[in-house]
Amino acid sequence: MQNLTWTGTFGAYINPFFLTALSAFFLFAVAAIARGFSRADGATLLNPTPPTIALMGPTAFIGLMIWLLGLTGLAPFSIMALGNIWLSLVACLIIGLVAGFGLFQISAKLILKLVWGASYAVLVLFSVYLIVGLFVAPETTGIVGAISKQLTPTWIALGATFALSIYYKRGLGLYGKLFDSPIGMIGLALVLFWVFTALFGAGFDLIATHDPLGQVSGMKNKHPGFALRGAEAGDYPYYLFGGDTLARDVFSRAIVGSGIVIVIAPAATIFAFMVGITLGLPAGYFGGRLDTVLSFLSNMVLAFPVILLFFLLVTPEIIESGLPNYLAMVLFVFPVIFVAVAQYSKNRLKSKFLTLKFPIMMVIAIWLYLSLVSESGTTIAILPPLLDLFDVPSEILVVFVSVVFVNSPTVFRIVRGLTLDVKIRDYVAAAQTRGEGPWYIMLWEILPNVRGPLIVDFCLRIGYATILLGTLGFFGLGLESESPDWGTTINAGRKLLSVYLAPVLVPAFCLMSLVLGLNLLADGLREESLRD
Amino acid sequence: MGMFILRRTGVMLLTAICLTFIVFIMTNLYPNLEKLAKNEGNFRMSDAEVASYLGNRGYTQGKLQNYGEWLGILPGYVIKGIDGKTRGRCSNHGAVLENSAKYCGVIQGHWGFSSRFKEPVSQIVITRLALTGKLMFWVLMVMIPSALILGIMAGMREGSQLDRTLSTGAIVTTATPEYVSGVIFIAVFTSSAVGLKWFKGSATSAMDHATLENFLLPVITISLYGMGYIARMTRASMAEVMTAQYIRTARLKGVSFANIVLKHALRNALIAPFTVIMLQIPWLLNGVVIVEVLFNFKGFGWVLVQAASNNDIDLLLAVSVVGVVVVLLTQLISDIGYVFLNPRIRIS
Repeated sequence: MQNLTWTGTFGAYINPFFLTALSAFFLFAVAAIARGFSRADGATLLNPTPPTIALMGPTAFIGLMIWLLGLTGLAPFSIMALGNIWLSLVACLIIGLVAGFGLFQISAKLILKLVWGASYAVLVLFSVYLIVGLFVAPETTGIVGAISKQLTPTWIALGATFALSIYYKRGLGLYGKLFDSPIGMIGLALVLFWVFTALFGAGFDLIATHDPLGQVSGMKNKHPGFALRGAEAGDYPYYLFGGDTLARDVFSRAIVGSGIVIVIAPAATIFAFMVGITLGLPAGYFGGRLDTVLSFLSNMVLAFPVILLFFLLVTPEIIESGLPNYLAMVLFVFPVIFVAVAQYSKNRLKSKFLTLKFPIMMVIAIWLYLSLVSESGTTIAILPPLLDLFDVPSEILVVFVSVVFVNSPTVFRIVRGLTLDVKIRDYVAAAQTRGEGPWYIMLWEILPNVRGPLIVDFCLRIGYATILLGTLGFFGLGLESESPDWGTTINAGRKLLSVYLAPVLVPAFCLMSLVLGLNLLADGLREESLRD
Repeated sequence: MGMFILRRTGVMLLTAICLTFIVFIMTNLYPNLEKLAKNEGNFRMSDAEVASYLGNRGYTQGKLQNYGEWLGILPGYVIKGIDGKTRGRCSNHGAVLENSAKYCGVIQGHWGFSSRFKEPVSQIVITRLALTGKLMFWVLMVMIPSALILGIMAGMREGSQLDRTLSTGAIVTTATPEYVSGVIFIAVFTSSAVGLKWFKGSATSAMDHATLENFLLPVITISLYGMGYIARMTRASMAEVMTAQYIRTARLKGVSFANIVLKHALRNALIAPFTVIMLQIPWLLNGVVIVEVLFNFKGFGWVLVQAASNNDIDLLLAVSVVGVVVVLLTQLISDIGYVFLNPRIRIS
């Protein structure tokens, strides 16, 4: 069986267009950035920068770019090497000056239009690969099309979510406003892409082509698109992103690995927020000795180099000693406290609440807490196995706990700062005059009013938690070495990195795109929430 | 001001003592000690042999006692072991000599002996810190100017196309952790598969002799991650200054845009980035560890990983002391510097 190429037989027709559009985009982007250094055009400009200074930016930018490209010896630029690097620098700067001067003759708006045009062309042509790939055999559209076909459930879900959200965006509050900002939309698309991929890929197993742990003889270190050795009927006939050093399918590992990240990172962030909010609100509101002690503790954790903390916490010896379980006991109690205090302070005067609803709620919450904390076979086995709802594997628990532990002091500081800022507002004074209790004021007056910055930070922090998970995997801590999560995979592949790129680059780009999506989403949210 | 520095130093000492105590407890948990004993002795030791090995070397005394000995406020142990030999802390767990000191802790300048490298800890820390210092110096030399220039460029005309491009670029770099950008750089610029063998994928030779070829990639990898954040902070600060009244006055007076940026706005816009840069240094420590492992540059971060994975107690404690001091010192410098840069701030 033939191996797959990146774009298959179909690519022969469309590749030239795509490459032209892509190089045009880069060329125009460079021109736009160089042009952007100055806005010397326009009759309305007040004190225009003299052209000599205005030209310096583009000259340096274009000149240095050509110079560096010339030094690298890439084909069209190698003429600029000229034998002597200083001579070549001067020549490049002169070219930059001429180019910059030329650029100023064109209006900035035209260049921007060209950039946008080229980028739309790139996007449209790329989606042609993806869309055609959905309907034809893998051989026709190559690896790109085949992957697009595998991702069909994700595309459908993503399309449906976007269509519905854009249609109803006026009624959706802050989330709906996100669809007014291109940055926020791109971020949301990236994040939702991974959420759906994790859901359908790791949850329902609709996307992955092979078993992420299965090894197939003859597929060790194979390049992307390699046809499966000894494929039987029902097997997917290719390794879309090639095989790794243990002859496992890189594509399936990346897809299944997303499930681990997509579950642990947001969950750990939620717990870190619960801890940070439950401690930060009283520290900011009451101040005094409580604040001093808590701030000292949080500064202490923050003064710890994160990696040292991971190395100390996430080792088999420490897991054996049961320390993560004790830490989990302490950290996981905060959500219970948070829910209990919030509900009690709001509803305590309602009839039947204290006698009926509250006890039921507490029993459920404590039961969930106990079954989360108690692990049969470890030092903490409080619940009998019959009542224990779920067992978290100890290596996942320790990773989870350490990510929560590292993140909560920062959340604490943010919440404390926001509380200090808000507690002197009028509505807080009004609530105090009404005779509300301090916890009611903190949780139902202050917290809802600081939700904007907290939501933005929540997005950023999920990204940071993802990075931390990757760091743990990169050092081989926590999850076992064959786990398909991205960090561990990067660590496993980096020894042969200079020869076999795909096993490392695929998870690296996956991780980067998820974090990038979260950061862009946070940026979009910040922009839209500031607009009110 | 003097009082402020004194108080901060006091808090710093207290934090350092608390943190080293935590590290001490964690490294001295029994499973860790067992691993240490098996690494040092042999891997087939029975439980009883492990216990006597540890007992002979004073590890099974009270934790507070051991910590006091490490600090140097309690006399080092001298134990006549079950095997008949007398060992003492002050002779590196070896036979006690007549002239051995009584106290040998951090206060006496005795940082202990590394079980991984078989060298005095202080010597390891100093040589490795010097190597990491070299790396950090170049990182800061690359990161700070480029981050400031990018931030100022973006912030001087808020909302312009240049601003949008640079801000998005900054978001991309902050979204790329070192282990991702590092492997991408190695893959693109050093691998035989891509074919651009411009740089070396290993920085081991840079420890003696750093060249562009073996040192550029590690430096760039660390700088990129920190750069985006500093650039964004600089951008925010610059954008705020550019809307100030005195800038408008300068424009109305007819000062050219370049002069406004360079002479009027820049000085005020650089106050906030200074604190950000100082507070960013501890974060660079993470990047240093990752990059040193990835590029096999045997500096401080590499030592940290070695010490932690071998449970080298004395070395690990020294490493954490250095880490904590770096964090707290940068905080102190940023606070003091902020007061000097911004005369409106008073510390009572």
